[in-house]
Amino acid sequence: MPNAHDALFKTLADPTRRAIFERLCREGEKTVGALTARAGVSQPAVSKHLGVLKQAGLVRDRHQGRQTLYSAQLGALAPLIDWTNQMAGFWESRFDDLEDLLKRMDQ
Amino acid sequence: MNATSTETRSVVVERDIPYPPEKIWRALTQPHLIQEWLMKNDFKPVVGHRFDFRADWGAVDCEVLSVEPQKTLSYTWSAYGLESVVTWTLTPTSTGTRLRMEQYGFRPDQEQAYQGAQVGWPRFFASLEQVLARTE
Repeated sequence: MPNAHDALFKTLADPTRRAIFERLCREGEKTVGALTARAGVSQPAVSKHLGVLKQAGLVRDRHQGRQTLYSAQLGALAPLIDWTNQMAGFWESRFDDLEDLLKRMDQ
Repeated sequence: MNATSTETRSVVVERDIPYPPEKIWRALTQPHLIQEWLMKNDFKPVVGHRFDFRADWGAVDCEVLSVEPQKTLSYTWSAYGLESVVTWTLTPTSTGTRLRMEQYGFRPDQEQAYQGAQVGWPRFFASLEQVLARTE
């Protein structure tokens, strides 16, 4: 699913947007106001970032009274977090380097 | 690998290598050699020894679990919420050694999904440029 990956990569490529997402992951549900207090950008900018995160499925919103609460959707990261795939690639390349080293040790 | 739990999984890489176990063992257990193919480290082949692998993207905390010279070596591998055990097995063959690495671990899903994601960050950033180049 290269398109799903592209969307996630592009969405999280922006450091401010990524920081907002990471904060929701760490601290749970938050309002735009609470997120703005530490985002270092204006509230409209935070809202815009939240909109992009929501489109990518990374964030969900729900209304409580007059407030809107945003929360991270960890499931959306599933394509990126299958550690077995990542580690298999990691070890294959480490094995390559190990074999190179063994060749050099021969000389 | 493990039918009783869907949360535990393993990664196995196995290769036939045209060198004897003694030589491979050195590459697996001597810090200056390990550094050449894996990461910087303060490894010692002593059960209970705690050490870490260090790379520019972070560190992996480890503890030696078992050492059987030239046969098997295992250590824990903890990084960003991934708790796992790496076991190396060396089996002599007529042409050298069959080297097997198994990483067995678990990551309770919801609670640690975010930390799990961080395991992928280095690769994530490495791929990012390519993806962006392709999509812009």
